[in-house]
Amino acid sequence: MSHARRERWIAFLMVLPSIILIAIFVYGFIAWTTTVSLSKWDGVEPDYTWAGLENFKQLFTKEGGVSAKRFNIDLWNTLFFTVLFMLACVVFGLLLAILLDQRVKGEGIFRTIYLFPMALSFVVTGVVWQWIFAPGTSTRLRGVNALLHAVGLDALRWKWFTETNEIWHFHVALIPVIIAAAWQLIGYTMAMYLAGLRGIPEELREAARVDGASEIGIYRHVVMPLLRPITFSALIVLGHTSLKIFDLVYTMTGSGPGFATDVPGIFMFETTFQGNHYAQGATISVIMLLMVALVIIPYLIYTFRQEVEL
Amino acid sequence: MTRRLNPARIGIYILLILFAIVFLVPVYVLLVSSLKTFAEVQDLSKLWKPPQGFNLESFRTAWSGIPEKGLRGLSRNLLNSVYLTVPATLLSSMLGSLNGYVLSKWKFRGANVIFPLMLFGMFIPYQSVLIPLTQTLGTIGLGGTLWGLILVHVVYGIPITTLIFRNYYAEVPTEMIEAARIDGAGILGVYWRVMFPLSLPGFVVVIIWQFTNIWNGFLFAVSILQKPELQPITVALRNLAGSQIKEWNMVMAGTLIAAIPTLLIYIVLGRFFIRGLLAGSVKG
Repeated sequence: MSHARRERWIAFLMVLPSIILIAIFVYGFIAWTTTVSLSKWDGVEPDYTWAGLENFKQLFTKEGGVSAKRFNIDLWNTLFFTVLFMLACVVFGLLLAILLDQRVKGEGIFRTIYLFPMALSFVVTGVVWQWIFAPGTSTRLRGVNALLHAVGLDALRWKWFTETNEIWHFHVALIPVIIAAAWQLIGYTMAMYLAGLRGIPEELREAARVDGASEIGIYRHVVMPLLRPITFSALIVLGHTSLKIFDLVYTMTGSGPGFATDVPGIFMFETTFQGNHYAQGATISVIMLLMVALVIIPYLIYTFRQEVEL
Repeated sequence: MTRRLNPARIGIYILLILFAIVFLVPVYVLLVSSLKTFAEVQDLSKLWKPPQGFNLESFRTAWSGIPEKGLRGLSRNLLNSVYLTVPATLLSSMLGSLNGYVLSKWKFRGANVIFPLMLFGMFIPYQSVLIPLTQTLGTIGLGGTLWGLILVHVVYGIPITTLIFRNYYAEVPTEMIEAARIDGAGILGVYWRVMFPLSLPGFVVVIIWQFTNIWNGFLFAVSILQKPELQPITVALRNLAGSQIKEWNMVMAGTLIAAIPTLLIYIVLGRFFIRGLLAGSVKG
């Protein structure tokens, strides 16, 4: 074997353990979960009797009863959660990045404050925001409600994450959870935009200024179009985070009254590890995987095609 | 550009300060509640007010528990988090470094297909592997053990650590490698003599990233470890906060204890933390 060929083999052997681990723990296990989702496994002991798409049918049709009802709420919750959470992060993240890009004094301090939640566990975030939005009772007000009462804004008091009302399919109890999630990830979005803004050469802005563009005009016509790829990346990261969110909601509110704050991640966890309904749990996780894959696979293909072209 | 204080710039500062205050509300809540006595924290009329004294009783209870009431302290769980996070972080960083080196400088045939396939593993909802995972860990005798959880974090850490190192090593000039090869170094020699000595900043980024993620992790731990005395601090904290009788001063003290290690790292090494963060969006 030639020297070069031998080294190519060594190179391959160096990554082989990782390739095997990923092949088993990611792809093998996904195939295994899919098998479980097509089985009748409903109890502590594994049961791989073929059930076809029965488990999926149970989640999506009236036959499924409470499970189908719960899963239907979960999907709507995921949709609204994802859209509002992404919107909040992009709007406030971009706003903070633009503000910080104005050569402000103490930029480092502000940046540190906006970004520190990213260093925390979703469990920590969940516990603190549960305290903040816990409604208490009308005689023993807690959290924000107590604060609103203290400043005479009783009209704004409501049941926060214990509210069961919904507007069309949107459970308003999700709002406090979305606020907590946005609090944690706005700083991250800001950091992405700030890196993008710093990557724009000053000459471009200067040229626009020479052409007589106003500061706002420069942002609209020069800066914003250049930030588009960043918005795209941010939406992918935020979107896939919220599609599979579990820790935060599980800690802060759990399923909520009437599944008002339930998400597929909680349903999967509870039905699998507390109810031993393994096939149902597997089915939910296969659907979660499909939702995430729909977002991530085009993104990976897009990114790597670009890299090959470069 | 003028930097005098005109109304527009005052507006910018006001907005920045307002946002900073809102972002710090949870910190205020944590500090104020944890420094109160149980009697004080029960007084809802003073919910948002600062504590009367500087009371550390809640931290003592959160740390060592009240054995006679059957309340477990978090000290054991904090130690579990250390035992889990340190080895898992180091192992996955080393794997990532080797992978990143090969995938940036020794692309074998198919490497451009294997890498994205690997990366997909960091985006999947881990729910989609949990059932086979718990089954397999049980079969190989690692079910319900910290070693099992370490293995899991090492494996699912491969994509992100490989990605960060790959982008990091891509910046190393090829001439340096060629020079080492002329001196007779092989693939491993180049790694030890050229790449590894240059890797320190890369390792700092990856170690901070993995430490933070594994320390903060919850889903794997809560699914794999049933024994309370083995659980890391995030799981123990959620159990503490989820219990019926909630002594909020103690819960907040426990929350602070769980948050302090990663917060300290962030405050001291924030620069590297942000680099890891931005690498997470694939394009570094």
